[in-house]
Amino acid sequence: MSSFFTSSIGKKFLMSVSGLFLVVFLAVHLTANLFILGGPDAFNQSAHFMGTNPIITLMQPILAFGFLLHIIYSLIIQIKNWKSRPVKYKKVDQSETSTWASRNMIWLGIFVFGFLTVHIINFFYVIKFGEMNMITVNGVEMEDSYKLVAGLFTDFGAISYIYSAVYIISFIALGLHLHHAFWSAFQTLGLSNIAWRKRLSVLGDIYAIIVAAGFTIIPLYFLLF
Amino acid sequence: MTKLNSKIPEGLLKDKWSNYKAHQNLVNPSNKRKLDIIVVGTGLAGGAAAASLAELGFKVKNFCYQDSPRRAHSIAAQGGINAAKNYPNDGDTVYRLFYDTIKGGDYRSRESNVYRLAEVSNDIIDQATAQGVPFAREYSGLLDNRSFGGALVSRTFYARGQTGQQLLLGAYSALSRQIGLGNVTMYNRTELMDIVIVDGKARGIVTRNLITGEIESHFAHAVVLGTGGYVNAYFLSTNAMGSNGSASWKAYKKGAFFANPSFVQIHPTAIPQHGEFQSKLTLMSESLRNDGRIWVPKNLEDAKAIREGKKKATDIPEDQRDFYLERRYPAFGNLVPRDVAARAAKERTDAGYGIENNPAGEGVYLDFKYAIERLGKNVIEERYGNLFQMYEKITDDNPYITPMKIFPALHYAMGGTWVDYELQTTIPGLFSIGEANFSDHGANRLGASALMQGLADGYFVLPYTIQNYLAYEIGTPRSNPKEVKEFKEAEESVKSYLNKLMGIKGKTSVDTFHKRLGHVMWNNVGMARTEEGLKEAIAEIQQIKKDFWSDLKITGEINAMNVELEKANRVADFIEIGELMARDALNRNESCGGHFRLEYQTDEGEAMRRDDKFMYVAAWEYKGDDQEPELHKEELKYEGIEVKTRNYKSA
Amino acid sequence: MSSKTINIKLKVWRQKDATTKGKFENYELSEISTASSFLEMMDVLNEKLVGEGNEPVAFDHDCREGICGMCSLFVNGHAHGPDTLVTTCQLHMRKFKDDETITIEPWRAGGFPVIKDLMVDRNAFEKIMQAGGFVSVSTGGVPDANAIPIPKKDSDEAMDAASCIGCGACVATCKNSSAMLFVSAKVSQLALLPQGKLEASRRAKNMVAVMDELGFGNCSNTGACEMECPKGISLAHIARLNREFLVATIKE
Ligand SMILES: Cc1cc2nc3c(=O)[nH]c(=O)nc-3n(C[C@H](O)[C@H](O)[C@H](O)COP(=O)(O)OP(=O)(O)OC[C@H]3O[C@@H](n4cnc5c(N)ncnc54)[C@H](O)[C@@H]3O)c2cc1C
Ligand code: SF4
Ligand code: FES
Repeated sequence: MSSFFTSSIGKKFLMSVSGLFLVVFLAVHLTANLFILGGPDAFNQSAHFMGTNPIITLMQPILAFGFLLHIIYSLIIQIKNWKSRPVKYKKVDQSETSTWASRNMIWLGIFVFGFLTVHIINFFYVIKFGEMNMITVNGVEMEDSYKLVAGLFTDFGAISYIYSAVYIISFIALGLHLHHAFWSAFQTLGLSNIAWRKRLSVLGDIYAIIVAAGFTIIPLYFLLF
Repeated sequence: MTKLNSKIPEGLLKDKWSNYKAHQNLVNPSNKRKLDIIVVGTGLAGGAAAASLAELGFKVKNFCYQDSPRRAHSIAAQGGINAAKNYPNDGDTVYRLFYDTIKGGDYRSRESNVYRLAEVSNDIIDQATAQGVPFAREYSGLLDNRSFGGALVSRTFYARGQTGQQLLLGAYSALSRQIGLGNVTMYNRTELMDIVIVDGKARGIVTRNLITGEIESHFAHAVVLGTGGYVNAYFLSTNAMGSNGSASWKAYKKGAFFANPSFVQIHPTAIPQHGEFQSKLTLMSESLRNDGRIWVPKNLEDAKAIREGKKKATDIPEDQRDFYLERRYPAFGNLVPRDVAARAAKERTDAGYGIENNPAGEGVYLDFKYAIERLGKNVIEERYGNLFQMYEKITDDNPYITPMKIFPALHYAMGGTWVDYELQTTIPGLFSIGEANFSDHGANRLGASALMQGLADGYFVLPYTIQNYLAYEIGTPRSNPKEVKEFKEAEESVKSYLNKLMGIKGKTSVDTFHKRLGHVMWNNVGMARTEEGLKEAIAEIQQIKKDFWSDLKITGEINAMNVELEKANRVADFIEIGELMARDALNRNESCGGHFRLEYQTDEGEAMRRDDKFMYVAAWEYKGDDQEPELHKEELKYEGIEVKTRNYKSA
Repeated sequence: MSSKTINIKLKVWRQKDATTKGKFENYELSEISTASSFLEMMDVLNEKLVGEGNEPVAFDHDCREGICGMCSLFVNGHAHGPDTLVTTCQLHMRKFKDDETITIEPWRAGGFPVIKDLMVDRNAFEKIMQAGGFVSVSTGGVPDANAIPIPKKDSDEAMDAASCIGCGACVATCKNSSAMLFVSAKVSQLALLPQGKLEASRRAKNMVAVMDELGFGNCSNTGACEMECPKGISLAHIARLNREFLVATIKE
């Protein structure tokens, strides 16, 4: 067992498991976010639920751990991969043999990670530790998360536009990341074959589109309406 | 009289091998560890032998010139492997397999060896299956068989069109296991340069490391050659680029007799040569003749127009096509044996009916139009899809629409180092297995029998018979070649030989000489041989040899990787082998199997065997560079089979 | 067989030996028949070089019919050149245009050091095979070949995997220089057959352990190997290898 996590397949096993865990997290996060389309009250209730539900609270450190695992192992794996071709080719043509996303997972990942940092500072940190307006919905007092979100996307003029653009691009990057990641995770876990590869790829693409489009709707909603 | 002792065991044909095994000497397990065996070659024969000997406990050193034992030329065999399993219940027996092999070889092989081959054939299939060789199976989950030329039963096991590959990978896996366990030391990219004889016995070899150019010596209690065939003497053949006769030739020069050198097989269905720079010929499986019809135009003008690109095959109307095999051999038609089909194609092209635009106009059509009309494209695609695709990749022609172009090509060497029943050469302690020896195929080899022979030798024959020799060697200590005079001398002579090659500093490249040799061989020592042509060939080859040693140009260094030097060493030997082949063909005043002398044919143009004079194995002894070799005859006696004339005109 | 001739420019990696630094050399060849194979074109180049008193370009090859796995070459950015399901020896000059510049490089991977010019050392594959690429049977004493029926489907799939020729194009083309396709082909073939099933876990573990030691990268499932593999070995075999490996770990 000890050698498992140092073996190539063991390391990728960790990447896959943590990745799939993050996939689940994304689904929950997206669902919670989409309440924004139902207006301030709905969104604030959803945010309040996420902020106070004991299971979710319990999951937060695990989630952080999942992120860390995914990130650290991606770097360990990537560094070895870079090293395993000490002399590069002069001419490489992979345009037809693999997808752009699959070849650029590390860059897509790093981009998403960069965004994640900003995102955590802007939302998570502010909600947890910052000064928040309080409102009362259905007799329950809670933080006005809606205002925070709406503010970021609309209140700062040009900066809000830039922020929205970065937000959208990041989620497209995340979508591309998922486009390869979803099937890939199953493949690494040995849960794929010729038939399932197609099914899982389609499923992964659908999921990637839902995530990218779902999150993109939010800034668009504020910008357009 | 003859110095040859073939050591055929006593008893009835069917009991010989069991009798032999029952009475032979064996080496006890603790002594096996003390004995070293060198196996040169990692093909079916060498690979199987090296693995099996190591499993028994001997210390084995195994050599090949490729970068991996898995790349030996056995990998290229497509069709299949014979065995007398009789799974289809169609009446096959060990005797029938034996009978077909002797008859196919035109009664020029040693009866006792062939019977043993048929006997162990079944074990090979079991062994390969246990190793995980994925032979083709039926829906029942049981093994499938197909039929192959020259047999009335379906006894050929196959793994798609890659039987040789799968069998070799099976042997390679067993070998890899023994290398991993430390019982075999593997020397890749290492070429045998000489065999070392100490006190009359083979005691080791001198090699050249192909990466560094280093000359090294290796000691052993016995040396086994499984180095394959020598038909690259013709330059163009279906063999791999590196296939060579050098190991057998160095053995010959050290005293091992060379048997039946002129017996080579020309396969009727290869893709024709396309130009001067062609480097090898690609085989198209024999199975294609089951459904394709072979023809050339009836008119010389049509043939000429096709060669000049003015007409296409499809422009020739039905009644202007000459289906010459069907015309000449109504009973067997397109399915006549390899040698007959090959000769008939040559007869047509020599008469000017060839359809390929290459220097000699060599090519005939193999047409699937009729089969497609009869069976539908789907059936043909299912049967030959892979081959058609391969053909299209090479020629850019679609064989579903235009007929395939084919022509005979050099394919296999039935001749080789002379061995006795124990597979031992005339040098004690030197053994020869697989295509490298001469033993089992006589004057013509049946399809799917070379794989069988290579594996039989390697897995089930040599590991027994070599012990009969080694049992007397247990008292011989391992020695360090650096301290043995004979090794030092051999190393020195190899070095000076290579220096001599490098030192010629002429103007002509190795390939140019090789092509020149190939030309003479193909024209004069090919499918139709004559006394005059053979004498001419000997003279021309001697001239090539002179020119080679005075005008060869090799660039690069001697003490480093040097591909030109490797080739030069092989071609120098091919030149000499070629001469011996011509000599042997000249001596054999008859036609049999692959050896066809125009002087010896029936009125209908069929081979005329002369059993009263030539029912023997011609084993040649080297007598020195300027001396003619001496012929020794091993008379062939057939006790278990009646000697008949082959006939493919009527059933 | 419409053959014409083309003129080409070659950019070829030349390197004296494993330790010397290499560089690209430019050559020009004229009137190369489009019906000739890529390696025949290389033969023409070498004859020309020898004629001029120079050392020919060293490259690996043997069978020249796509089965021994000896030939390599990274041609114009592709392992085994710009054609699908072929080895370099099966690649033909009709795939190239008149006046085209063709870049020829050796396999590049930490696991495959260059020996000379375009020749690389693939001994790492040997070591992987020696670690477990076999069924542990010795010669003799095995059951009758028909004693164990094997479903045709499994047997066919095993044959698909078994057709790997060990050429290393998968490693050469993989952006991570991963050897997973090669290893998986053998593990998968033997895991599918009852003869090999018994040792399947052990085999997967041992072969992967050696693979990891020898400087190959980690598979990230881009699938380029499958596309460049001359034998079309499927990624599904990698999934089976992963499965066998995980099972091996759980069993421990
Ligand atoms: C295209 C083709 C298709 C065929 N199809 C069939 C078929 O369907 N059925 C059938 O039964 N037979 C077939 N044959 C014939 C059969 O494949 C061979 O006869 C057989 O495989 C020879 O095996 P081998 O072990 O004797 O030699 P090889 O497999 O040729 O092995 C020779 C070994 O010796 C080594 N070697 C050679 N010279 C030296 C040297 N100087 N120094 C060091 N090492 C050396 C090589 O590295 C190699 O490892 C076919 C042959 C060809 C060419
Ligand atoms: S998997 Fe394909 S590319 Fe890799 S070594 Fe095998 S045949 Fe070559
Ligand atoms: S030379 Fe054998 S596969 Fe290309």
